Amino acid sequence: MARPSLLLAASTAEPSPPTKISAQGISAWYGPIRALENVCLEIPSNRVTALIGPSGCGKTTFLRCLNRLNDTIPGARVTGTIRLDGVDIMGQYIDVAELRTRVGMVFQKPNPFPKSVFENVAYGPRIHGLAHSRAELSVIVESALRHAGLWDEVKDRLASPGTALSGGQQQRLCIARAIATQPEVLLMDEPAAALDPIATSLIEALIDDLRESYTIVVVTHSMQQAARISQHTAFLDHGRLVEVGETTEIFSTPREKQTEDYITGKIG
Amino acid sequence: MPGSLILSTLLFAAAAFFLGRAAARPFGTGARSRPVYHGALLALWVALPGLAVTVAWALAQPALLDRLLLAGLPAGSVDAIGTGGRALVLAQIHALAEGRALPHLDAVIVEAGARLSRWREIGRLALFATVAATLLVSFLVARTRITPRLHARAAVERALTVGLVVCASVALLTTVALLVALLRETVEFFRLVPPAEFLFGTNWDPQVAFRSDQIAGTGAFGAASVFAGTLLVAAIAMAVAVPLGLLIAIHLVEYARPGTRAWAKPALEILAGVPTVAYFFAALLAVAPAIQHAGRALGLVVSPNSALAVGLVTGIMILPLVSSLADDALRAVPQDLRQASLAVGATRAETVLHVLLPAAMPGILGGVLLALSRAVGETMIVLMAAGLVATISLDPLGTTTTVTVQIATLLAVDAPFDDPRTLAAYALGLTLFVVTFGLNLLALRLVRRASRTDAS
Repeated sequence: MARPSLLLAASTAEPSPPTKISAQGISAWYGPIRALENVCLEIPSNRVTALIGPSGCGKTTFLRCLNRLNDTIPGARVTGTIRLDGVDIMGQYIDVAELRTRVGMVFQKPNPFPKSVFENVAYGPRIHGLAHSRAELSVIVESALRHAGLWDEVKDRLASPGTALSGGQQQRLCIARAIATQPEVLLMDEPAAALDPIATSLIEALIDDLRESYTIVVVTHSMQQAARISQHTAFLDHGRLVEVGETTEIFSTPREKQTEDYITGKIG
Repeated sequence: MPGSLILSTLLFAAAAFFLGRAAARPFGTGARSRPVYHGALLALWVALPGLAVTVAWALAQPALLDRLLLAGLPAGSVDAIGTGGRALVLAQIHALAEGRALPHLDAVIVEAGARLSRWREIGRLALFATVAATLLVSFLVARTRITPRLHARAAVERALTVGLVVCASVALLTTVALLVALLRETVEFFRLVPPAEFLFGTNWDPQVAFRSDQIAGTGAFGAASVFAGTLLVAAIAMAVAVPLGLLIAIHLVEYARPGTRAWAKPALEILAGVPTVAYFFAALLAVAPAIQHAGRALGLVVSPNSALAVGLVTGIMILPLVSSLADDALRAVPQDLRQASLAVGATRAETVLHVLLPAAMPGILGGVLLALSRAVGETMIVLMAAGLVATISLDPLGTTTTVTVQIATLLAVDAPFDDPRTLAAYALGLTLFVVTFGLNLLALRLVRRASRTDAS
């Protein structure tokens, strides 16, 4: 009798969210080297999914499959099916640029353009013609910077170069740039790896806020970070998906021995 | 003889190296430097005095002997003819000493010739003895200083540093000397022709000044038209090289497959190695007639040596400079920025236009300016394929002339050295030097700034 009641309790606590991205049988190669092997993963809508695993396990490769950024690497090859809202995005005739406006990305190392703070954020909206006047563009830029929690720090120096900001500010600027085109999904490749603890906690709080509006996939090295910010966790090792589930379950009662070893620090 | 002397000095130094190294070996770990540095230092201490003596001797002996010879001649026999006569007498004596038979010479001079040849033989032996003594003494002195406490490595490093500075200053001194030489002649020229007239006058006809019944150079050295021709040719060349070079670079960096780039870039750089004479043939025999025919078909009158043909070929010549440096600049843009732009949904073309080109702009501009100074300074193509008539005209189909052509033409005339035409060539040269030097300076500054932003 205990089982059904538990299930009931879980479903009332948080109704199972719809799937935003569904990856089926993803394999990836860089030249002759196999980086991913038959990975199947469902990414739920409006939640934070963390990808964890030791270095070189294929976390970043998988992340870059989701916005087809691996296309830009010579010799990279990806097979399998990835559906975004049920539509296959792996097809040859998919407009990759359009896909990337729906699936934004933040990189490990802050990479603002050598342009002003304003121009960094305005870059995407400009390219996609989202604003019809300077005033509209300013509204978009301000809103993106506010969402990224950077507005109060930079509102007086929008014209100064983005590269002159501190590392943590640069990373939030990159987040603002990524959300300025109003994507549905936000991919983050170890967004706090290059930052100090204070900047890291700012970014983590921000990720938690952004979950309301975006589906977020975060690659992280830090297990604590995954536990703090994510609702879903997938553990990869040697290009294979070992285990996926609710973050609380993965960290408290992992099903696989391999996952347990990694989480408790025996490997990795 | 001096060659074999230098060679034996070096051989001796080599021997000193091995001796010094062998002497330092037993020091073991107690020594401050490794044995190889003791050897190198000993070799330097031996070779440098030896070479210095040889060089100093070679520089001093001829002047010394000449003075002795003149002193030995009977008083009045040379001074009557003046300085030119002295040089002539010395030349005769030297010819005799080298074994050439000259007819109709004074007995005094024949005797002096024999004396010179004897002195030279003595000098040769004395030099040999001096060098041998120097080598031996410096070896013996230096050998006593090879001790474990010797900072041999530091000393060798210092010697190398000094050597490098000397090499570097050769290039620098050449530039300075060149500038001084140009300046001296230009000042001379500006005494004959006012600078304002040279720079802004439009009447360029250096032939007029040659006639002795005219006042030298008046009204004939207005170089503005020559500058205008240079600008026209350079502008056409840049109009060809900049867009083409940029597009080539963009293609190679962003669109070409790595395999294509591997052969395409070197192939393009071969263009930079083609002798300019080959370009001149292309301009004269292929491009200019082709433009003339095309112009005729369109009902245009095209001069056989049109500025357009010259400019086009010059443009092709400087194309690799632009494309190669733009390629480097684009390649140096961090991969991060490319990915950032692609990740917000920009296409590759948008990425190139809005991110890569602005980021690479200083480097690209540097390349463009270097190419421009090359185009302005180019002689061979324009010399043969361009005309000689200086007119202020921006008609690319007409004939034109450039600064470099005029310099070559002016110097080719067999005029005395203080003739305004010869001096005008120097003035033109100085102008060219100042312009290309300025362009290069600007280019270097931009390239440097580009590399600074890459690092950040």
